[in-house]
Amino acid sequence: MDDLIKRIETKFTILDKKHQRDDLVFLTMEKSHVVDVLTCLRDTEGFRHLVMISAVDYIEYDVFQLTYLVHSYERHVDLGICLNVDRNNPVMDSIHHLWAGAQVYQREIKEMYGIDFPESPRVDEPMILEGWDDIPPLRRDFDTKKYAEETFFPREGRKTHDPRKVMEEQLYPHESKVKYEIKRLVRGNRNHS
Amino acid sequence: MSDFVKELKVVENPKEDGADQEVLPFSEYYCGAKPQSVSPAAGKIVQKFFNWAQAQSLWVLGFGTGCGAIEIPPLYTSRYDVSRYGIFPRPTPRQASVFIISGYASVKTLKRIIRSYEQMQNPKFVMGLGSCTINGGMYFDSYNTINRLDQYLPVDVYVAGCMPRPEALIAGFDKLKERIKAGRAEGANDYAENLEWYKANQKKVIKNWDMPDYNW
Repeated sequence: MDDLIKRIETKFTILDKKHQRDDLVFLTMEKSHVVDVLTCLRDTEGFRHLVMISAVDYIEYDVFQLTYLVHSYERHVDLGICLNVDRNNPVMDSIHHLWAGAQVYQREIKEMYGIDFPESPRVDEPMILEGWDDIPPLRRDFDTKKYAEETFFPREGRKTHDPRKVMEEQLYPHESKVKYEIKRLVRGNRNHS
Repeated sequence: MSDFVKELKVVENPKEDGADQEVLPFSEYYCGAKPQSVSPAAGKIVQKFFNWAQAQSLWVLGFGTGCGAIEIPPLYTSRYDVSRYGIFPRPTPRQASVFIISGYASVKTLKRIIRSYEQMQNPKFVMGLGSCTINGGMYFDSYNTINRLDQYLPVDVYVAGCMPRPEALIAGFDKLKERIKAGRAEGANDYAENLEWYKANQKKVIKNWDMPDYNW
């Protein structure tokens, strides 16, 4: 694994390295190098299998992180190639010419995160969100609970009757009132500090 | 109705001359008539007999919408064997009378559910299976899963649980039979009478409505 990373380092700049396990390493690269790195890995290093493409929304850094996970059957190791895409201009080069199966992941990422992959086949067709007219739902600034409550007619929940509280209120009304008021104040202070 | 349905579609003529034929899918493939509520039979005894007969042969549409579909095969096979109770799977909505919504229904599935339900013939009953059809269950805050099924289809029986076991389903069928025998399973009539309300709710969530309002 180390000799492999050294060989990659001679050709491309590696911004960050993360040894997750003996057989799993994540490398962060420049966005413009990634397609070249993947081509090199597939054609010369024997990483023939694209395991997945995944996206993470790092809203605090204003980027999307894309991870391409590839697997080598000869070495039995996984290699993750990470890159950051600008959140305001989310466009990435398509790799459907390397692995035809990548177009499904790219379609899904386009639908769920709005990251565009130009020239990827059928990338604009919806997979599950037919007729979606909001911001892509897996972005972190999308409030799913608010959307569901506004759209899907939520059923109001049942009332809960904690038997202990009910009996206390019946038997000792004043004491229970004081007790729960103190509890409420203490809990409020704890949350503030 | 979207432009997708309105526009003319040209299909190839199956006849020998080979000329193309213009088809208006909206008016030629679908029946435009609205559903009508069915009034009960003239005599009380006749109606009771009808209800009894309907309750004894419930044919279930083989349509698994969510994870609950995994509970349906053991129901039909040798261990729980619901054909003892006159319950039988059918492959097409035209032959079925019970529609089991088995688990969560995403918006994409809901569109197919509505089409299948409308293609079923009267008398038809809907059974909601699992918490997801009752209040959303664990998908209560999902962006793509409906919360309450009874806003979109008239539901006769809910079976609570996540997931309900086949025994619970059999109990649900018993309940459904009781309702049919008592003449209270009038979901299809309810759907026909309140069609506007149901359609408004359905169109609120299904945003690319590219099919006729009532297709059967």
